[in-house]
Amino acid sequence: MRLSQLEVGEKGIVKEFTDLEMSVKLMEMGCLPGEEIRVERIAPLGDPIAINVSGYQLSLRKREAFTIVLQ
Amino acid sequence: MKADIRVALVGNPNTGKSTLFNVLTGLNQKIGNFPGVTVDKKVGYCQLPDGRRAEIIDLPGTYSIYPKSQDESIVFSVLADKSNPHTPDLVVVILDASNLKRNLLLYLQVADLKIPVVIALNMMDLAKKADIDIDVDLFAKKLGVPVVPISARKVDGITPLKDAISFANKIALQEDSIDVASIAPQLVESIGRELNIDNPYLALQLAHQHETLTFLTPAQSERVEELEKEFSFNSQKAQGAETIARYSFINDLLYDTVKKPVTAHDETVSNKIDKVLTHKIFGFIIFFAVLMFMFQAIFSWSAFPMALIADGFVWIQDSLHHVLPSGPLTSLLVDGVIAGLSGVMVFIPQIAILFAFISILEDTGYMSRVTFMMDKLMRKVGLNGKSVVPLIGGFACAVPSIMSTRTIENWKDRMITILVTPLVTCSARLPVYTLLIALVVPNRNIWWVFNLQGLALTGMYIFSLISAIVVAWVFKVILKGKERGYFIMELPVYRMPRWNNVFYSMYERSKSFVFQAGKVIIAVSVILWVMASYGPGDRFEKIDQHFSAPQYTKTMKPDDLDRAIASAKLENSYAGVLGHVIEPVIRPLGFDWKIGIALITSFAAREVFVGTMATIYSVNGSAEKMESVYQKMHEAKNPKTGQPVFTLAVAFSLMMFYAFAMQCASTVAVVYRETKNWRWPAIQFAYMTVLAYVASFIAYVVLK
Repeated sequence: MRLSQLEVGEKGIVKEFTDLEMSVKLMEMGCLPGEEIRVERIAPLGDPIAINVSGYQLSLRKREAFTIVLQ
Repeated sequence: MKADIRVALVGNPNTGKSTLFNVLTGLNQKIGNFPGVTVDKKVGYCQLPDGRRAEIIDLPGTYSIYPKSQDESIVFSVLADKSNPHTPDLVVVILDASNLKRNLLLYLQVADLKIPVVIALNMMDLAKKADIDIDVDLFAKKLGVPVVPISARKVDGITPLKDAISFANKIALQEDSIDVASIAPQLVESIGRELNIDNPYLALQLAHQHETLTFLTPAQSERVEELEKEFSFNSQKAQGAETIARYSFINDLLYDTVKKPVTAHDETVSNKIDKVLTHKIFGFIIFFAVLMFMFQAIFSWSAFPMALIADGFVWIQDSLHHVLPSGPLTSLLVDGVIAGLSGVMVFIPQIAILFAFISILEDTGYMSRVTFMMDKLMRKVGLNGKSVVPLIGGFACAVPSIMSTRTIENWKDRMITILVTPLVTCSARLPVYTLLIALVVPNRNIWWVFNLQGLALTGMYIFSLISAIVVAWVFKVILKGKERGYFIMELPVYRMPRWNNVFYSMYERSKSFVFQAGKVIIAVSVILWVMASYGPGDRFEKIDQHFSAPQYTKTMKPDDLDRAIASAKLENSYAGVLGHVIEPVIRPLGFDWKIGIALITSFAAREVFVGTMATIYSVNGSAEKMESVYQKMHEAKNPKTGQPVFTLAVAFSLMMFYAFAMQCASTVAVVYRETKNWRWPAIQFAYMTVLAYVASFIAYVVLK
């Protein structure tokens, strides 16, 4: 299961990343393996998405969300 | 100004760092540049309780000391470079008490550089409201540094923070957090030994960042590169390992010191606002309504102060002409320097209002939602959600807008944004358009409500946006990107704007605009003055002799005679000669040599057009006497055919030229400053000139 497959309001726990470069940037922002992620909303045009992670909102593109593997 | 202690402010974006900076320093601040890079350096001064004076440096907000953009790279180089005159004696790390986990990552990295640190625990009021209970004493004990709870917005806890700054240790006493050296033991040891660095984290960071650091010699940097190869060091893997180790330390620390309520996920106010503001339909309607309101305000609110400034300069010029003896020096000062200055100053109200709006939109958190909504659309044409801000700003002035592209991390996205921003109809084009539209478009309403002239002007604005988007798409195809684009961005909680910050931003931006653009404009206007005031050989003497003949002095009124002489002199000045030289080139566009002079002078700044037209059609006065410029241009006839010069075709051809041509010395200068390479302003100048010529030609041929 990838983060990009979640619908608005659904939650998941980060398992691993498929892209090294992206993982470094995501982890820096608090999006680490073991963290719970909730999809808050999707932009009006369908991309990017907004997620809630460790208490704040982060926006990222669907392509980037696809690199996050959920448990 | 001398300071006894140098303090750097470091923190995540949206933690109230700028608010704290403003509270500490007040108006006692200035924006400068870090040597060699184009990152704004905000420095201010603050009196400490013990009577010493502290210099406070506000470093750009960042999530870690691994830089993702040009702005962020300055943080590590300021903190790490011991030989740099800006190296701080003390770092104040600002943490958002309501979001400690992510904030602590940056703190731990800074602390490991072993510079004395004080923690300012900001937004304590918000944390209390959310029932987050922080054991500050235990927190401070575990980290080994002074921790001061504050609320910068409410100006709470500022005196204890100043006390902590003045009592801070000269040596770093913070506890170690993770075993940094274990990430790459041999590499850290070798770099430390060869470059004589005893701090393992500094050595590790040099391995990560040596390519961009200016304080390493090329030989040192090369040696680090060799060592990395020798120990097969992978920068990203090492950064990942470090981040995971730090977060595990942070989790342990927070488990002991912070109690959070375990409540279910309930709908926050911010979320409710987002449901409306980023709604599929309302989101865009609200965004366009905000934009419309902004333009209206920029034009209507600035009209009165702009008129005041313009009148003030006319008054100064008049009085100086009366007080000073007439001669070339007075003329240079009054008609060259002061006239040029007034051209800059008159834009201050518009720039101040634009920056007030941008700073309100950013402060409230709305700008990041606009970025969020527009990203997909902008990406299609090679831009980025973050390009929206400079493009909107371009309606006022391209100069500060190009400066604001620094937040775009991706190189290609940033270059394209810089290249197309000057196409957007800026406020300097407004006087040109209004004059030309008034000349050829009838002032009447169609369909009861729409004024034809207003429609023509609106059309020029929309046309400029469309052309910017088309050109961006073309550059997307042409330019080769070096790096992958990504869009990982925090969406901060909605907040009321902090009026102090809005005011400071207005003040600082206007000030730096006046000084940066002002220098260029004054220089160019002096050159223009020389070109328009002197001519080759003895042409000017001949004109004086010619008009001193009795048939002129006897029959003409002195005023008319002066105008006739001025007009003849302009035609024979260097500028006039140049106008005649380029006439064959611009004739296909419908322009004569007089318009040619205006085109040349407008390359300094577009708004010079009206003034030049006024001089050429020998009207005394400047842009303020629009009526009379209008009259003269309206009555201007082609000497050969007897037809009016400014027909619909000529006026629209001219507007097309002004829409596309890079007629702004300040923009050229700022593009060079931002890209550090003459190639970019050259490419921009070339493509815009070609577009201008082609568009003008088409407009003239179609409408003729």
